[in-house]
Amino acid sequence: MTKIVWDNAALLSLKTAKSLGVKDGDLITVTVGSRELEIAACVAPGLADDAIVLPLGYGRTHAVRVGDGVGFNTYALRASTGMDTAAASVKRAGGHYMLVRTQDHQALEGRPLVREGTLEEYKKDPAFVREMQEATPHLTFYANREYDYSKPPQWGMAIDLNRCIGCNACTIACQSENNVPTVGKKQVKKNREMHWIRVDRYYVGDVEDAEAVHQPLPCMQCENAPCENVCPVNATNHSADGLNQMVYNRCIGTRYCLNNCPYKVRRFNFLAYRKHEPEVIKMAMNPDVTVRMRGVMEKCTYCVQRIKRKKIEAKIAQRDLKDGEIVTACQQVCPTEAIIFGDLKDPESRVAKLKADERSYTLLDELNTLPRTFYMARLRNPNEMEKA
Amino acid sequence: MSTATVPPEPREMVPDDPRRRLTLVHGRHSFADITRMVCAPVEDPAPLGWWVGFGIAFACLGLFLAMVIYLVLDGIGIWGLNNPQGWGFDITNFVWWVGIGHAGTLISAILYLFRQKWRTAINRFAEAMTIFAVICALMFPTIHVGRIWMLWMALPIPNWEAIWPQFRSPLLWDVFAVGTYFTVSLIFWYMGLIPDLATLRDRAKSKIRWIIYGILSMGWRGSARHWSNYEKAYLILAGISTPLVLSVHSIVSFDFAVSIIPGWHTTIFPPYFVAGAIFSGFAMVMTLAIVARRAFRLTDIITIDHLDNMNKIMLVTGMMVGYAYSMEFFISWYSGNPYEMFTFVNRAFGPYAWAYWIMISCNVLVPQIFWFRKNRRSIPVMFVASILINIGMWFERFVIIMSLSRDFLPSSWGYYKPTWVEVCTLIGSLGLFFTFFFLFLRFLPMVAMAEVKNVLPQADPHGHGEGGVPAGEPA
Repeated sequence: MTKIVWDNAALLSLKTAKSLGVKDGDLITVTVGSRELEIAACVAPGLADDAIVLPLGYGRTHAVRVGDGVGFNTYALRASTGMDTAAASVKRAGGHYMLVRTQDHQALEGRPLVREGTLEEYKKDPAFVREMQEATPHLTFYANREYDYSKPPQWGMAIDLNRCIGCNACTIACQSENNVPTVGKKQVKKNREMHWIRVDRYYVGDVEDAEAVHQPLPCMQCENAPCENVCPVNATNHSADGLNQMVYNRCIGTRYCLNNCPYKVRRFNFLAYRKHEPEVIKMAMNPDVTVRMRGVMEKCTYCVQRIKRKKIEAKIAQRDLKDGEIVTACQQVCPTEAIIFGDLKDPESRVAKLKADERSYTLLDELNTLPRTFYMARLRNPNEMEKA
Repeated sequence: MSTATVPPEPREMVPDDPRRRLTLVHGRHSFADITRMVCAPVEDPAPLGWWVGFGIAFACLGLFLAMVIYLVLDGIGIWGLNNPQGWGFDITNFVWWVGIGHAGTLISAILYLFRQKWRTAINRFAEAMTIFAVICALMFPTIHVGRIWMLWMALPIPNWEAIWPQFRSPLLWDVFAVGTYFTVSLIFWYMGLIPDLATLRDRAKSKIRWIIYGILSMGWRGSARHWSNYEKAYLILAGISTPLVLSVHSIVSFDFAVSIIPGWHTTIFPPYFVAGAIFSGFAMVMTLAIVARRAFRLTDIITIDHLDNMNKIMLVTGMMVGYAYSMEFFISWYSGNPYEMFTFVNRAFGPYAWAYWIMISCNVLVPQIFWFRKNRRSIPVMFVASILINIGMWFERFVIIMSLSRDFLPSSWGYYKPTWVEVCTLIGSLGLFFTFFFLFLRFLPMVAMAEVKNVLPQADPHGHGEGGVPAGEPA
């Protein structure tokens, strides 16, 4: 929710922070009874006023290479008299602490990226989601495309914003499936996190009483991928089944694809993030996925290694692939089943049915990128008290 | 201008009376004087100032090499680039240097075709600057890639895998455009040098000079047939170079215009970039010419009139870029595209507003001083102005590239800060440029002697055209 990585922090609402004169990242002293803890403050819109949330599990001292000295040990404030909540007093400790986030800007700026509405709106006009943006004709200069994308399978992914709870499990699953490097606090500070799927979190509504919306963002696998035609060496191109592929061996690292990706899902190996891994980490790598060297671009592949494996299995057994047989890592781990992967050309597949639903929309449709990943708008059914 | 109070200037290139075209070279010099003046810096021992300047430039070149080695060993991560900003100082410097490399060919080719004879005094100089600037420019796209050892894949080399480069990528067009421009500029420059190299050969006092200049002058004897061939080749090369002046920066602008990023995706970029390139190119010629003409006592050849003319060109091109800046704003509003609108408001008032206003002040406001004749002919004024314009043009490219910091999805917005390595690389590239430039001043004639002699009054026995004496009047 906070998008903070490599640390925990004391969460305060905007109003509470203002009344204490605390800015984001300032150190504060929290006192519970006789126990005291100095911890960095994080301003979290939408939190209840006059409350401090202290996440547990950080500030370890015997966690070796990456775990030591990360965050603050909030267990120090926990006593048998108040295991979950306790009365506390807070004051500014003076000084600032570097908190790093994977997302620096928190507002949607009025852009129709995360679309949501109420059940009533939906009942009144089921097509309201798509009407949030001007319809754009999808024209092209290129009459004869290399692939016509008509032959099944054509992979696609639905992400149901109604279901997403923003737990980040997809990000972590992807990281371990695809050998995505962990880059450390300093590199995250420089906006160099390598996540292939990220969960964007925006605060919407009133600043004082904000609500959060989540949007998992893997590669959109655009049919008209803007990254492809800018690469001078053809290192990124399309497969016949609609995957936007990244050829690591061919990449020279001009980073033009990264610049031209409107979704900013491409990740560049700025440094040799994998060079000094201990042997035990190397042994933990997924053998089906190439480990990338420095200087090359990488991004979500829709778990192409899993697709290939299932295709081969089906071929050996001389049968067709079943819908739901191929499961991407992010999909597999999603506790709310918000991510559905499958063949868009199979009318019976879950993903094709979702695509036909009025709630579905594609991100930045007006750019004519024709994304294969699409979203299902969030519908809410607020109760009467909340509406008032 | 009030001619009643001030006596008319005798040394005006374009006087009010169109029949009166006065001398381009001041001081009633003979042909031999011109040769002596231009050859002196090449033949006399180098002054102390040259050694100091060359020493500093060479040290900076060393810095550049050190930074490049560090970069290749450690990776692009030693720069401040990130996601969303895949480009920063690297491409800013590239476009800036390519832009500077525009004045030379403009002066030598386009002004030649337009018969602007005043160009003869500065063309050699400006062409040399072009070549060195393009070398500096080519350094950046070369070193900025993640895997420099794989760079050959960007060239259309036939290979067993039958994989070609992506011909739809503007970066590949860059390879061809800048490569062609460099090749043609180099040939044009070298060909123009041949008669002057022969002069140096004939004046050589040591054997080694005689051999080296002898080889470089390719057997030039100055016969009528040589001159005839030379003039024809010069005209043909000028014809080939002219479209290149326009094409190379148009194609560099495609790096941005062909993308879909708000603030980049605009059709105004090609003409706007070409105007900006000429603007910055002239500013750089100005900065260098002011120092060199004084240091090597060439004020009679590169006269105040030349500087005045260049200032006029800077005023015009400065207003062109000013127009482009305002038109970009207008179009972003007129398009009704919220992302475009946001980008431009963000440019002027967002996190990089400081860079934007440096750009506006240096590129739009500073050249306005050249509306006044007094400023156009004041050495200190134009020296400071030319440096400010160069700074402003660097920031123009920086501002454009920083459009990346805030594009479509607010979640990925970021802020790019250069590291010390990037700053040192920029300084180092200046070292590379000036190392070449100091060597040029010392070993090659910095003024096209043969051409300047052509515009002397005595070159035209009939007193037509550029003669010192107006036609129809007794000498």
